[in-house]
Amino acid sequence: MSKTQIDRRRLLTGAGLAGLATAAVTSGEAAAQTAGPEAPSSVPAPEPFLALNATEAAFVVAAVNTLVPPDDLSPSGADCGLAIYIDRQLAGAYGAGARLYRDGPFLKGKPEHGYQLSLTPKAFFTAGIAAANDWTHKTHGAAFDALAEADQIATLKAFETGAAAFDGLSSADFFAFLLGLTYEGFFADPLYGGNRDKAGWKMVGYPGLPAVYRDAIAKFKDRKYPNPPQSIADFS
Amino acid sequence: MVTRLKEVDAVIIGVGWVGTVLARELTRAGLHVVGLERGPRRSPSEDFTLPGIRDELKYAVRGELFQDPQMETLTLRHASSETALPMRRFGAFLPGDGLGGAGSHWNGMHWRYTPFDLAARSHLTARYGAKAIPDHMPIQDFGVSYAELEPYYDRFEKLCGVSGKAGNLRGHKIAGGNIFEGSRSHEYPNPPLQRSLAGDLFATASAGLGYHPFTAPASNASQAYVNPEGVSLGACAYCGHCERFGCEVNAKASPNSTLLPVLFQESRFDLRACAYVRDLAYDRQARRVTAVRYLDTRSGEEFEQPAGLVILGAYVFSNTLLLRMSGIGEPYDPATGQGVVGRNYCYQSGGGVQVFMEDREFNPFMGAGALSVAIDDFNGDNFDHGGLGFFGGALVSAATTGGRPIQTRSLPPGAPRWGREWKAATAKWYNRSFSIGGSGASYPHKDNYLDLDPTYRDALGRPLVRMTYNYRDNDRRLSAYVTDVAAKIAKTLNPTHVVGAGARRGDFSVIPYQTTHNTGGAVMGTNPKESVVNRYLQSWDAHNLFVIGASAFPQNASYNPTGTVGALSYWAAEAITKTYLKQPQALVDA
Repeated sequence: MSKTQIDRRRLLTGAGLAGLATAAVTSGEAAAQTAGPEAPSSVPAPEPFLALNATEAAFVVAAVNTLVPPDDLSPSGADCGLAIYIDRQLAGAYGAGARLYRDGPFLKGKPEHGYQLSLTPKAFFTAGIAAANDWTHKTHGAAFDALAEADQIATLKAFETGAAAFDGLSSADFFAFLLGLTYEGFFADPLYGGNRDKAGWKMVGYPGLPAVYRDAIAKFKDRKYPNPPQSIADFS
Repeated sequence: MVTRLKEVDAVIIGVGWVGTVLARELTRAGLHVVGLERGPRRSPSEDFTLPGIRDELKYAVRGELFQDPQMETLTLRHASSETALPMRRFGAFLPGDGLGGAGSHWNGMHWRYTPFDLAARSHLTARYGAKAIPDHMPIQDFGVSYAELEPYYDRFEKLCGVSGKAGNLRGHKIAGGNIFEGSRSHEYPNPPLQRSLAGDLFATASAGLGYHPFTAPASNASQAYVNPEGVSLGACAYCGHCERFGCEVNAKASPNSTLLPVLFQESRFDLRACAYVRDLAYDRQARRVTAVRYLDTRSGEEFEQPAGLVILGAYVFSNTLLLRMSGIGEPYDPATGQGVVGRNYCYQSGGGVQVFMEDREFNPFMGAGALSVAIDDFNGDNFDHGGLGFFGGALVSAATTGGRPIQTRSLPPGAPRWGREWKAATAKWYNRSFSIGGSGASYPHKDNYLDLDPTYRDALGRPLVRMTYNYRDNDRRLSAYVTDVAAKIAKTLNPTHVVGAGARRGDFSVIPYQTTHNTGGAVMGTNPKESVVNRYLQSWDAHNLFVIGASAFPQNASYNPTGTVGALSYWAAEAITKTYLKQPQALVDA
């Protein structure tokens, strides 16, 4: 098994690398020897992907970690749950094309016409990942997730500007889709699997719920609102 | 197979603002009324509740309350020479669906049109000369004057519990209110909302330039309120989740919060949700509509509902579509200028700036849909248009509608869109920015219109409405002008950065949200050669059909349309109940 394959397997969860090594050990033989109910673990169970295959999942984990790198403002994109968020969205109604008019004929429009393809979001996204990995194999000799950080950054810039010539689709359109889902995952309510521990909200100072500011709007005028964010789950 | 039902006094198509106002007034007059709503039943107490209603992804991004394009959408082309393509997702505008319609998820910006707006052609030709309006701009008078409409504006404001401060009370100008507004018979039912920091700064800056700032009128109740129907509205919590959401405290006036509680108690009102109207049965000889045909989307059964009176009160596009599907009125032909259905489609121009101030904390999440400080110094014809090359103006304002972070994260120019620097810039600027926006007029152009698409179909097998539309010179010049006004105001605040935002350049795009202020297609007027309905919103071609809504606006006068839609609803309802029902015939001779 090559190093790339091992890394990819490790990345096959959205829980991030820290929890994974432990999870890998406790699965298989070790777990089989345990009798009776398992004790609750402080390490979150690895979350399997629903929509994405192993190659696609590895790409998404690497991509969200490049778009949202870890620093003192937030953990990495994958540790914020963004890969799981994207996977869940693609696996659900949105990914299947809910609220998307899909009657033909399918003609190439102007940019102002917006999305004009027959593909569902899930199908477009996975086609984009395949094209992206083809491109990095051609230019760097490896899949995107196996590239060094500097190369991953340069690659996403080439996608963003459309400078990367994909076979069959626009790299800029694919990147815009990826970035949009990343933003959603980082800032949506945590109930969708992203914004884990409200990391996105903490980064910007968005207090979430319950959002009742009748008195606060005057009291905190031109002052930072000090309350930590709360989510839908905190009120459910 | 179509099941023919027993005739009723009146059928209303669309149960939003128009439908609920008409249902209330017609049942009050003793009529038995059926309300047909294509979407689901919704009630605030079941569907607009904490904590789930604060879900930005579900409501604002995925569009839970909006029209589903899989059922019905539109096609767009920029010119008649092009092939139109479908709006596969809604973006620029977000039509409603379900009980309450777009009235359940609007912001609550509640305006009146001015005396000028309702008689724009008369006013512009009087001031600038008979030839001042180019031939390709069919600007028209509404056919109803501000003075005639004033009592109905007043009534709708009281229904909604609008918060604001009068600037022109029975002809007396009042500082702090909007001195450019038409004369009001009464003060607003509730005092103005509190101001945000953005509003304070905008007020100071614009007053410093000699303009006349005021707190904008809001259908977000500033205090608990009981409307004349006896329905209670709660006090606004400044939660920042109005537009695209329902309101859990019923502070935002909506059909659901103001009228439906009364209509649910009304035995003469029969609400049918999931009733998707296909077309109207039209007796051309008798010049009347005989029935409305609809699909019950729960069972797949088709029904024909005969009625003595039909109110077409759906959204702009559905009103136009149903007239076309029913063969009522001559379709507009841009080549000849003949025909009326689909004519004078207008939208919204405008511009503005994003202002960044690194030493401020704006708390954009503490907001309300209509929480705004505005000036009208550059609206309508309140300033001299001589030599400007455009007509109309813009409402310029600083609104704090909410800081929901998926969709509200402005960054200064040059900031990257991802990576470490993006994170740092986002963390720095999320709370330190606000916008000054200009909501601009959209005047008609002979090549902007609605008709039927020859290729694409909706879920009922009908053609999609085809929009032939682009920004025109009038829009682009107006947009540049108002962007300069906004920038001038912003610069007096010595901001860290000011950047243009929302200017209408290039071609109209379906992607970025602009406004859901689509107007026209079935416009009102004084003669049947240039209008679909008369001054009472009565069809020139079928006397028992009233087509009510922003579809009746000959042009979009910059202000958010709902206040005028409500006023026209009451105005038409009174014409029906006081005059038409006594002698069912044309209320105006063609």
